[in-house]
Amino acid sequence: MTDTSKSQAPSRRSLIGWGGAGLALGAAAAGGAVAMARTGNDVDPTAAETGAPVEFHGAHQAGIATPVQDRLHFAAFDVETDDRAEFVRMLKDWTVAARRMTAGQPVGEGAYGGLAEAPPDDTGEALGLKPSRLTLTIGFGPSLFEKFGLADMRPEALVDLPKFSGDNLDKNRSGGDLCIQACADDPQVAVHAIRNLARIGFGKVVIRWSQLGFGKTSSTTPEAQTPRNLMGFKDGTRNIAGTETDRLKKFVWVDEKDVDEKSAWMTGGSYLVARRIRMHIETWDRTSLQEQEDIFGRDKGEGAPVGKAKERDEPFLKAMKPEAHVRLAHPDTNDGATILRRGYSFTDGTDGLGRLDAGLFFLAYQRDVRKGFIPIQRSLAIDVLNEYIQHVGSAIFAIPPGVRDKDDWWGRTLFSREA
Amino acid sequence: MRAVRLSVVTAAATVAALTAVTGCTEKGSSGDGDGVITVTATDDKCEVSKTEVAAGSVELAVENKGSKVTEVYILFPDDRVVTERENIGPGTKQRVTAEVKAGDYQIACKPGMKGKGIRQDIKVTGGSTAQRDPRLDKAVAAYREYAQTQADETLPKVETFVKAVKDGDMEAAKAAYAPSRIGWERTEPVAESFGDIDPKVDLREDGLEDGQDLEKDWTGWHRLERSLWKDKKLTDRDKELADQLVKDLADWQNRVGKAEITPTSMANGAKELLDEVATGKVTGEEERYSHTDLVDFKANVEGAETSYELLKPVAQENDAALTTELDKQFAALNTLLDKYRADNTSYDFTSYDKVGEADRKELSDAVNALAEPLSKLAAAVVK
Repeated sequence: MTDTSKSQAPSRRSLIGWGGAGLALGAAAAGGAVAMARTGNDVDPTAAETGAPVEFHGAHQAGIATPVQDRLHFAAFDVETDDRAEFVRMLKDWTVAARRMTAGQPVGEGAYGGLAEAPPDDTGEALGLKPSRLTLTIGFGPSLFEKFGLADMRPEALVDLPKFSGDNLDKNRSGGDLCIQACADDPQVAVHAIRNLARIGFGKVVIRWSQLGFGKTSSTTPEAQTPRNLMGFKDGTRNIAGTETDRLKKFVWVDEKDVDEKSAWMTGGSYLVARRIRMHIETWDRTSLQEQEDIFGRDKGEGAPVGKAKERDEPFLKAMKPEAHVRLAHPDTNDGATILRRGYSFTDGTDGLGRLDAGLFFLAYQRDVRKGFIPIQRSLAIDVLNEYIQHVGSAIFAIPPGVRDKDDWWGRTLFSREA
Repeated sequence: MRAVRLSVVTAAATVAALTAVTGCTEKGSSGDGDGVITVTATDDKCEVSKTEVAAGSVELAVENKGSKVTEVYILFPDDRVVTERENIGPGTKQRVTAEVKAGDYQIACKPGMKGKGIRQDIKVTGGSTAQRDPRLDKAVAAYREYAQTQADETLPKVETFVKAVKDGDMEAAKAAYAPSRIGWERTEPVAESFGDIDPKVDLREDGLEDGQDLEKDWTGWHRLERSLWKDKKLTDRDKELADQLVKDLADWQNRVGKAEITPTSMANGAKELLDEVATGKVTGEEERYSHTDLVDFKANVEGAETSYELLKPVAQENDAALTTELDKQFAALNTLLDKYRADNTSYDFTSYDKVGEADRKELSDAVNALAEPLSKLAAAVVK
């Protein structure tokens, strides 16, 4: 270890990315010692400036390996209808609306200019805003498969998550038959998308719970500055990059080898675990710097693992305290378990006691939850960080493959028998 | 209810203005020529000198030969008023003029100034026409009649409630409270188009405006609701308020028949009733002391459904998928509401404080499921 690394004050530039950094499981992907060039800004400057759209169509859904945007609106829905045809019609309507919104266009016939006596098709608050790299990603929860005679289509890998040590789950912030993850560089664009999809869904689905997020806590662009979480730490230094085709194939995308005939519809998809993790911000802020760094197993300024100089230096796990977060979450501790994280910080005002209701909204994508999130989270049972965090919401979703073209729609592989 | 709100009729009035110029009092240039219709009103007759007249300035020369005070109207086929003259005393003459476009109309005399009146069909020809789908005219006329019936049936129920209040009979007053509101809640979009009546009779405690005094300025049902359920006593002030309630509602009863109603205002009125449920009833704010929210809830849904059913023939033709969805969602909401009453004809609903959070969410979801497609009804009607 060198003193120079520790004494370096964080540059102005590196602080720009403050606001989110993967907390729990932060170091899960800290692996390679590749020194990456940094731009100090996770957003591709060109794309962010132009507010360019992200391609909606593809073999995989956008919003997973896509460079992480700044803002999130995540919504979990319950299905109200028991009419399969009606539900499929809604998925098709959603797809059409999602295709338009991600391209920066309003829903239907737009927000104005129509009949004066009728409400406009689009709610209008995104008019004049750029596409802002909006991505919309749909997922199907375990409970969906109890409906529409889909039980035998439920993939084996879509397990019900076990109860983890320290869980204090609020059922009103957990579960859901399906979910939509909206990510964009402009919060209004993300909220607009969820609002319009919810509107189209009335009578068929209802929002069960939703979460706003800001300050991405993870990066899928390794050349970028690693973002910080609300505890002020960098986390997830070696998260899977959107360009790492081999690691994505190995850890994120469901392979045809993973599925049987009944769950073949998941090929090219992924599994999402969403956890609302509340942070005890006030007590954390009263914790000494040394303890904070010991808890994470990194220094606070540079983000270097214990005993190392640079953030991206290969961590030496044995130098860390046995219960340090990075050590417990690291793939080497977990038999190579690796996930793709794209979590966000959240601050939902204050609770009745004046404490900040804040933390990390953790989103992890993986090829198989049983080899990804579950072993890592089990390993974190003794994490010293647990004194400062609590998991209060939890959900799991099967993320179907991408919408291939203009004629395709969300969930077609599941709902069309011939597919 | 909010103290001030945009009338549902505002948008409707604009539409109406395109089809008719009403209430013009300029004297017709044709003098006693073609444009004049002589109307001879008695207690049981309404005789007109001709039933066909040229478009343009039309003048009614009215003579009341009966024994009762009367009023005379020119009405559109949907009962909208083209022009009117009230308080024509026995033995007196009045002249009423209006600009009238080509189309079918009725002249109505109302001896005693009550009811639908005695009608005569007239035809106005030539010039530009004010044509609308006759099915929509029929729907509007039927809705007007419905609104009037609701008002007419409400008054005796309010009188029962008021009598109990004045007698100091708490139990009888409590029992009569919710039923006295049903007719109002069914036709609220029409009722509230008379902005000064709504805040007088249906204002909630938190609806008072800045500078208004809770004791002095707060009148109507909910003020009495508070006395009955929260204060648990009836004061002299409550008795005054009870009398005032009857007076204000009688005013409403007299004005309902003249409300500006159009097919789109009916459609949007139906949606507004669901909005009332979504914002006030589902939260339990409306009837915070009596917890009779589900009675209002049901009445709002019934009022919305009546509007919808009247417009359905036209809406179905323009957007069959929409009416299929609306049929389904009305049925679903009604089925859900039936869970909260012993039998399907009773208005004795579960007290809303006994309805748990999960059940309130279920009700709220059902309201949203209906209100969203209902917001598209107006477009389907005017297409």
